Amino acid sequence: MIFFFGLTNNQKYDTRDNVGKQISEFELTSVKSNNILTKSDLDRSNFKLFNFWASWCPPCKDEHPFLMKLNKIDKLKIYGVNFKDDTKSAKKFLIDLGDPYDHLLLDETGKSSVEFGIYGIPESILIDKNLIIIKRYIGPINNKDYEEINSLVTK
Amino acid sequence: MKKIILYLLILNLLSLNSVMSQNFSQLEIKIFKNIRCLVCQGQSIADSNSDFAQTIKSVVSDKISQGKNEKEIYNFLSSKYGDWIVYKPSLNIPNLMLWVIPYLFVMFGVMFFLKNLRKNRQNK
Repeated sequence: MIFFFGLTNNQKYDTRDNVGKQISEFELTSVKSNNILTKSDLDRSNFKLFNFWASWCPPCKDEHPFLMKLNKIDKLKIYGVNFKDDTKSAKKFLIDLGDPYDHLLLDETGKSSVEFGIYGIPESILIDKNLIIIKRYIGPINNKDYEEINSLVTK
Repeated sequence: MKKIILYLLILNLLSLNSVMSQNFSQLEIKIFKNIRCLVCQGQSIADSNSDFAQTIKSVVSDKISQGKNEKEIYNFLSSKYGDWIVYKPSLNIPNLMLWVIPYLFVMFGVMFFLKNLRKNRQNK
Protein backbone atom coordinates (compact mmCIF):
# COMPACT_ATOMS: atom_id res chain seq x y z
CA MET A 1 0.00 0.00 0.00
CA ILE A 2 2.85 2.36 0.94
CA PHE A 3 4.68 1.39 -2.23
CA PHE A 4 1.53 2.11 -4.29
CA PHE A 5 1.09 5.57 -2.74
CA GLY A 6 4.81 6.17 -3.17
CA LEU A 7 4.52 5.48 -6.88
CA THR A 8 1.45 7.64 -7.38
CA ASN A 9 2.74 10.52 -5.28
CA ASN A 10 4.44 13.23 -7.32
CA GLN A 11 7.93 13.56 -5.86
CA LYS A 12 8.96 16.41 -8.11
CA TYR A 13 9.24 19.95 -6.88
CA ASP A 14 5.76 21.35 -6.62
CA THR A 15 4.73 24.72 -5.28
CA ARG A 16 0.99 24.11 -5.40
CA ASP A 17 1.00 24.20 -1.59
CA ASN A 18 1.76 27.91 -1.79
CA VAL A 19 -1.34 28.65 -3.87
CA GLY A 20 -4.08 30.16 -1.70
CA LYS A 21 -1.58 31.61 0.75
CA GLN A 22 -0.57 35.23 1.05
CA ILE A 23 2.87 36.14 -0.25
CA SER A 24 5.66 36.42 2.32
CA GLU A 25 7.45 39.55 3.41
CA PHE A 26 10.14 40.54 0.92
CA GLU A 27 12.63 43.28 0.12
CA LEU A 28 13.50 44.11 -3.48
CA THR A 29 15.26 47.15 -4.90
CA SER A 30 13.31 49.26 -7.36
CA VAL A 31 15.38 50.15 -10.45
CA LYS A 32 13.48 53.38 -11.01
CA SER A 33 13.66 54.92 -7.54
CA ASN A 34 16.49 52.83 -6.07
CA ASN A 35 14.28 52.39 -3.00
CA ILE A 36 13.49 49.11 -1.30
CA LEU A 37 10.05 47.78 -2.13
CA THR A 38 8.35 45.64 0.51
CA LYS A 39 5.09 43.75 0.76
CA SER A 40 3.42 46.69 2.54
CA ASP A 41 4.23 48.94 -0.45
CA LEU A 42 2.09 46.86 -2.80
CA ASP A 43 -1.18 48.53 -3.75
CA ARG A 44 -4.32 46.54 -3.09
CA SER A 45 -6.30 47.75 -6.08
CA ASN A 46 -5.02 45.46 -8.81
CA PHE A 47 -3.99 41.93 -9.60
CA LYS A 48 -0.23 41.55 -9.74
CA LEU A 49 2.03 39.25 -11.68
CA PHE A 50 5.53 38.78 -10.28
CA ASN A 51 7.73 37.66 -13.14
CA PHE A 52 11.24 36.42 -12.31
CA TRP A 53 13.57 36.80 -15.27
CA ALA A 54 17.10 37.57 -16.46
CA SER A 55 18.66 38.77 -19.69
CA TRP A 56 20.92 35.67 -19.77
CA CYS A 57 17.91 33.31 -19.74
CA PRO A 58 16.79 32.16 -23.24
CA PRO A 59 13.29 30.96 -22.11
CA CYS A 60 12.75 34.49 -20.75
CA LYS A 61 13.01 35.75 -24.32
CA ASP A 62 10.41 33.17 -25.40
CA GLU A 63 7.85 34.39 -22.87
CA HIS A 64 8.55 38.08 -23.46
CA PRO A 65 5.91 38.63 -26.21
CA PHE A 66 3.24 37.20 -23.88
CA LEU A 67 4.34 39.54 -21.09
CA MET A 68 4.00 42.43 -23.56
CA LYS A 69 0.43 41.27 -24.26
CA LEU A 70 -0.30 40.91 -20.54
CA ASN A 71 0.90 44.47 -19.99
CA LYS A 72 -2.13 45.68 -21.95
CA ILE A 73 -4.56 44.29 -19.35
CA ASP A 74 -5.73 47.24 -17.25
CA LYS A 75 -6.45 45.31 -14.05
CA LEU A 76 -3.02 43.69 -13.98
CA LYS A 77 0.26 45.22 -12.81
CA ILE A 78 3.42 43.36 -13.75
CA TYR A 79 6.38 43.35 -11.37
CA GLY A 80 9.54 42.21 -13.11
CA VAL A 81 12.09 40.75 -10.72
CA ASN A 82 15.47 40.78 -12.43
CA PHE A 83 17.18 37.71 -11.03
CA LYS A 84 20.98 37.47 -10.57
CA ASP A 85 21.60 39.65 -13.58
CA ASP A 86 23.76 42.52 -14.71
CA THR A 87 21.58 45.66 -14.60
CA LYS A 88 23.06 47.06 -17.82
CA SER A 89 22.28 43.83 -19.71
CA ALA A 90 18.79 43.79 -18.20
CA LYS A 91 18.09 47.36 -19.35
CA LYS A 92 19.41 46.58 -22.83
CA PHE A 93 17.17 43.50 -22.95
CA LEU A 94 14.13 45.69 -22.22
CA ILE A 95 15.15 48.36 -24.73
CA ASP A 96 15.59 45.73 -27.47
CA LEU A 97 12.46 43.67 -26.76
CA GLY A 98 10.17 46.18 -25.05
CA ASP A 99 9.42 46.77 -21.39
CA PRO A 100 6.31 44.96 -20.13
CA TYR A 101 6.91 45.82 -16.48
CA ASP A 102 5.04 48.39 -14.42
CA HIS A 103 7.72 47.99 -11.78
CA LEU A 104 11.22 46.70 -12.36
CA LEU A 105 12.88 45.24 -9.27
CA LEU A 106 16.31 43.79 -8.63
CA ASP A 107 17.33 40.63 -6.85
CA GLU A 108 21.07 40.59 -7.45
CA THR A 109 21.85 37.70 -5.09
CA GLY A 110 18.72 35.61 -5.72
CA LYS A 111 18.12 35.44 -1.97
CA SER A 112 14.97 37.59 -1.99
CA SER A 113 13.43 35.27 -4.56
CA VAL A 114 13.71 32.41 -2.05
CA GLU A 115 10.97 34.23 -0.10
CA PHE A 116 8.73 33.55 -3.13
CA GLY A 117 9.84 29.89 -3.40
CA ILE A 118 11.62 30.51 -6.69
CA TYR A 119 14.21 27.93 -7.72
CA GLY A 120 14.81 28.84 -11.34
CA ILE A 121 13.73 31.29 -13.99
CA PRO A 122 11.48 32.15 -15.68
CA GLU A 123 8.82 31.76 -13.06
CA SER A 124 5.73 33.89 -12.47
CA ILE A 125 3.32 34.28 -9.59
CA LEU A 126 -0.15 35.71 -10.00
CA ILE A 127 -1.53 37.35 -6.87
CA ASP A 128 -4.89 38.95 -6.21
CA LYS A 129 -5.82 42.23 -4.54
CA ASN A 130 -5.45 40.66 -1.09
CA LEU A 131 -1.93 39.48 -2.01
CA ILE A 132 -3.07 35.86 -2.10
CA ILE A 133 -1.26 33.61 -4.60
CA ILE A 134 -3.77 32.52 -7.24
CA LYS A 135 -1.47 30.62 -9.56
CA ARG A 136 2.20 29.87 -10.17
CA TYR A 137 3.69 29.49 -13.62
CA ILE A 138 6.94 27.54 -13.62
CA GLY A 139 8.77 27.99 -16.90
CA PRO A 140 8.03 30.45 -19.70
CA ILE A 141 4.52 31.88 -20.01
CA ASN A 142 2.84 30.76 -23.23
CA ASN A 143 -0.34 31.69 -25.03
CA LYS A 144 -2.43 29.27 -22.94
CA ASP A 145 -1.11 30.89 -19.76
CA TYR A 146 -1.81 34.33 -21.22
CA GLU A 147 -5.44 33.36 -21.88
CA GLU A 148 -5.78 31.94 -18.38
CA ILE A 149 -4.31 35.00 -16.66
CA ASN A 150 -6.51 37.25 -18.78
CA SER A 151 -9.65 35.37 -17.79
CA LEU A 152 -8.67 35.19 -14.10
CA VAL A 153 -8.00 38.91 -13.94
CA THR A 154 -10.93 40.16 -15.98
CA LYS A 155 -13.67 37.84 -14.68
CA MET B 1 39.27 -3.89 -7.26
CA LYS B 2 41.97 -1.34 -6.37
CA LYS B 3 40.85 0.81 -9.31
CA ILE B 4 37.24 0.76 -8.14
CA ILE B 5 38.23 1.77 -4.60
CA LEU B 6 40.43 4.56 -6.00
CA TYR B 7 37.57 5.74 -8.25
CA LEU B 8 35.11 5.79 -5.33
CA LEU B 9 37.65 7.63 -3.18
CA ILE B 10 38.12 10.32 -5.85
CA LEU B 11 34.34 10.67 -6.27
CA ASN B 12 33.93 11.05 -2.52
CA LEU B 13 36.67 13.65 -2.34
CA LEU B 14 35.14 15.58 -5.22
CA SER B 15 31.73 15.68 -3.59
CA LEU B 16 33.27 16.79 -0.29
CA ASN B 17 35.32 19.39 -2.11
CA SER B 18 32.29 21.51 -3.06
CA VAL B 19 31.45 21.99 0.62
CA MET B 20 34.95 21.98 2.13
CA SER B 21 36.37 24.44 -0.40
CA GLN B 22 34.50 27.21 1.39
CA ASN B 23 34.76 27.88 5.09
CA PHE B 24 31.45 26.64 6.40
CA SER B 25 30.76 25.77 10.03
CA GLN B 26 29.88 22.22 11.11
CA LEU B 27 26.26 23.33 11.59
CA GLU B 28 26.10 24.80 8.09
CA ILE B 29 27.53 21.60 6.56
CA LYS B 30 25.09 19.48 8.59
CA ILE B 31 22.14 21.55 7.32
CA PHE B 32 23.43 21.59 3.71
CA LYS B 33 23.59 17.78 3.76
CA ASN B 34 19.96 17.57 4.80
CA ILE B 35 18.63 19.93 2.09
CA ARG B 36 17.78 18.52 -1.31
CA CYS B 37 19.04 20.34 -4.39
CA LEU B 38 15.78 20.71 -6.31
CA VAL B 39 17.44 21.20 -9.67
CA CYS B 40 19.88 18.27 -9.30
CA GLN B 41 19.48 14.51 -9.54
CA GLY B 42 19.69 12.98 -6.08
CA GLN B 43 22.12 15.51 -4.63
CA SER B 44 22.01 17.58 -1.50
CA ILE B 45 23.02 21.23 -1.72
CA ALA B 46 26.25 20.20 0.05
CA ASP B 47 27.19 18.09 -2.98
CA SER B 48 26.15 20.63 -5.59
CA ASN B 49 27.61 23.82 -6.96
CA SER B 50 24.47 24.67 -8.94
CA ASP B 51 23.08 28.18 -8.84
CA PHE B 52 20.13 27.04 -6.73
CA ALA B 53 22.40 25.24 -4.23
CA GLN B 54 24.64 28.28 -3.86
CA THR B 55 21.67 30.58 -3.23
CA ILE B 56 20.17 28.27 -0.61
CA LYS B 57 23.58 27.84 1.07
CA SER B 58 23.83 31.60 1.29
CA VAL B 59 20.29 31.87 2.71
CA VAL B 60 21.08 29.17 5.31
CA SER B 61 24.27 31.01 6.35
CA ASP B 62 22.28 34.25 6.70
CA LYS B 63 19.64 32.53 8.84
CA ILE B 64 22.35 31.08 11.12
CA SER B 65 23.89 34.55 11.46
CA GLN B 66 20.44 35.86 12.41
CA GLY B 67 20.38 33.30 15.24
CA LYS B 68 17.90 30.85 13.69
CA ASN B 69 18.28 27.24 14.77
CA GLU B 70 18.33 24.14 12.56
CA LYS B 71 14.62 23.41 12.95
CA GLU B 72 13.63 27.00 12.15
CA ILE B 73 15.74 26.91 8.98
CA TYR B 74 14.14 23.62 7.84
CA ASN B 75 10.68 25.04 8.60
CA PHE B 76 11.46 28.18 6.62
CA LEU B 77 12.64 26.25 3.56
CA SER B 78 9.74 23.77 3.82
CA SER B 79 7.29 26.67 3.87
CA LYS B 80 8.79 27.95 0.60
CA TYR B 81 9.48 24.72 -1.29
CA GLY B 82 7.46 22.03 0.52
CA ASP B 83 8.68 19.18 2.74
CA TRP B 84 10.38 17.61 -0.29
CA ILE B 85 13.33 19.97 0.12
CA VAL B 86 14.32 18.37 3.44
CA TYR B 87 15.78 14.86 3.28
CA LYS B 88 14.70 14.03 6.81
CA PRO B 89 11.02 15.00 6.92
CA SER B 90 9.71 16.72 10.01
CA LEU B 91 7.39 14.88 12.38
CA ASN B 92 3.91 16.11 11.44
CA ILE B 93 0.57 14.37 10.87
CA PRO B 94 1.00 13.56 7.13
CA ASN B 95 4.52 12.27 7.79
CA LEU B 96 3.56 10.43 10.96
CA MET B 97 2.84 7.20 9.06
CA LEU B 98 6.37 7.24 7.63
CA TRP B 99 7.81 7.46 11.12
CA VAL B 100 5.48 4.99 12.83
CA ILE B 101 5.03 2.23 10.23
CA PRO B 102 8.63 0.88 10.34
CA TYR B 103 8.41 0.52 14.12
CA LEU B 104 5.01 -1.18 13.82
CA PHE B 105 6.47 -3.65 11.30
CA VAL B 106 9.36 -4.46 13.64
CA MET B 107 6.97 -4.85 16.58
CA PHE B 108 4.62 -7.19 14.68
CA GLY B 109 7.60 -9.11 13.31
CA VAL B 110 8.99 -9.71 16.80
CA MET B 111 5.53 -10.70 18.09
CA PHE B 112 5.06 -13.10 15.17
CA PHE B 113 8.52 -14.60 15.74
CA LEU B 114 7.95 -15.08 19.48
CA LYS B 115 4.51 -16.57 18.92
CA ASN B 116 5.89 -19.11 16.44
CA LEU B 117 8.81 -19.87 18.73
CA ARG B 118 6.42 -20.61 21.61
CA LYS B 119 4.20 -22.72 19.35
CA ASN B 120 7.17 -24.81 18.17
CA ARG B 121 8.31 -25.39 21.74
CA GLN B 122 4.81 -26.49 22.78
CA ASN B 123 4.64 -28.89 19.81
CA LYS B 124 7.97 -30.43 20.79
